[in-house]
Amino acid sequence: MAEFTLPKNSKIGKGKTVKADGASNVKKFSVYRWNPDDGQNPRMDTFEVDMDNCGPMVLDALIKIKNEMDSTLTFRRSCREGICGSCAMNIDGTNTLACTKAIDDVKGEVKITPLPHREVVKDLVPDLNDFYAQYASIKPWMETQSTTPEKERLQSVEDRAKLDGLYECILCACCSTSCPSYWWNGDKYLGPAILLQAYRWLIDSRDENTGERLDDLEDPFRLYRCHTIMNCANACPKGLNPAKAIAEIKIMMAERHG
Amino acid sequence: MAQANRPLSPHLQVYRWGAHMMASIMHRATGMALAVGSIILTWWLFALASGPEYFAVVQACLSSLFGRLVLFGITFALMQHLASGIRHLFMDAGKLYDLKINSLTARLTFVFSILATIGIWVAAYKILGGL
Repeated sequence: MAEFTLPKNSKIGKGKTVKADGASNVKKFSVYRWNPDDGQNPRMDTFEVDMDNCGPMVLDALIKIKNEMDSTLTFRRSCREGICGSCAMNIDGTNTLACTKAIDDVKGEVKITPLPHREVVKDLVPDLNDFYAQYASIKPWMETQSTTPEKERLQSVEDRAKLDGLYECILCACCSTSCPSYWWNGDKYLGPAILLQAYRWLIDSRDENTGERLDDLEDPFRLYRCHTIMNCANACPKGLNPAKAIAEIKIMMAERHG
Repeated sequence: MAQANRPLSPHLQVYRWGAHMMASIMHRATGMALAVGSIILTWWLFALASGPEYFAVVQACLSSLFGRLVLFGITFALMQHLASGIRHLFMDAGKLYDLKINSLTARLTFVFSILATIGIWVAAYKILGGL
């Protein structure tokens, strides 16, 4: 059953404010903090960042805060160019990548919280173990029945084009954790990212296990908890459309039933 | 790995609302309102079958200010559910997934339901001669 409010241990309190001394061009960053070692509830800390000495992206500001203001601030980041998916978080109310989100796009205070409705490991780091387990469950690799050819398995230009808009997914989990259905039923519903990946293998002309893949999705929860709310497509930092991919799977299902 | 004391990150509390979310939650809410509405309709039909005395009582209830407000709400629920239901029909067929068109159609369901609700009530009052 969906719980719309946060459990007692997750209610967010007010934290500290760290000022930027002597800076004239200041932007406020309100950042979710939770330390597993101090037994306290989460809190929102405010950091005033000197924008004259800061890069343009939200990740630049987070790195600056960690380097200069509070070294205990914890977040994931790696490539800083939108290809690794590590710095996915909720910025200004929408899930996105901190490295590709411009600070100037946010009016007023920049509010940063971890990806929604996840267990928090520390600060902005959510636990994504079950998300990865769900990814493994859809067998994200090519499955074949026919004899292995001597060279590669060929694919026509047209068939290859069907993977456009799908192969670009970096599994950052922005879409899945934006989805209210996934919030309420994340243990049973696969969520937009994993279903987009499932569709990527369903329509790959070289994959020969389409029937079995569809069988695995034939379930009231795994696939059909998608109610086309469209938060996923609106959140995707790569401009992909998981909702559309899910609709295509549902159409494949309907067509198979005849 | 999972630890019992780990907090749950904020979700509804922080997520920014959009027309697409509003259309979706309203589809559900109006669906529930219509379930209640169908009970009221059944009650009215039941009263109709029970004879003129009880029917007059139910009619008095439904035509009171409160009754009219409820019926107005049900009219809106029906129109909103109809519009977003049609939008869902297109989405089930794989259409309207472009983000701009999707948001526009979400907004249009509200434009339709508000105009249709007002239209129906204006027409109803005209037919009833301003009762």
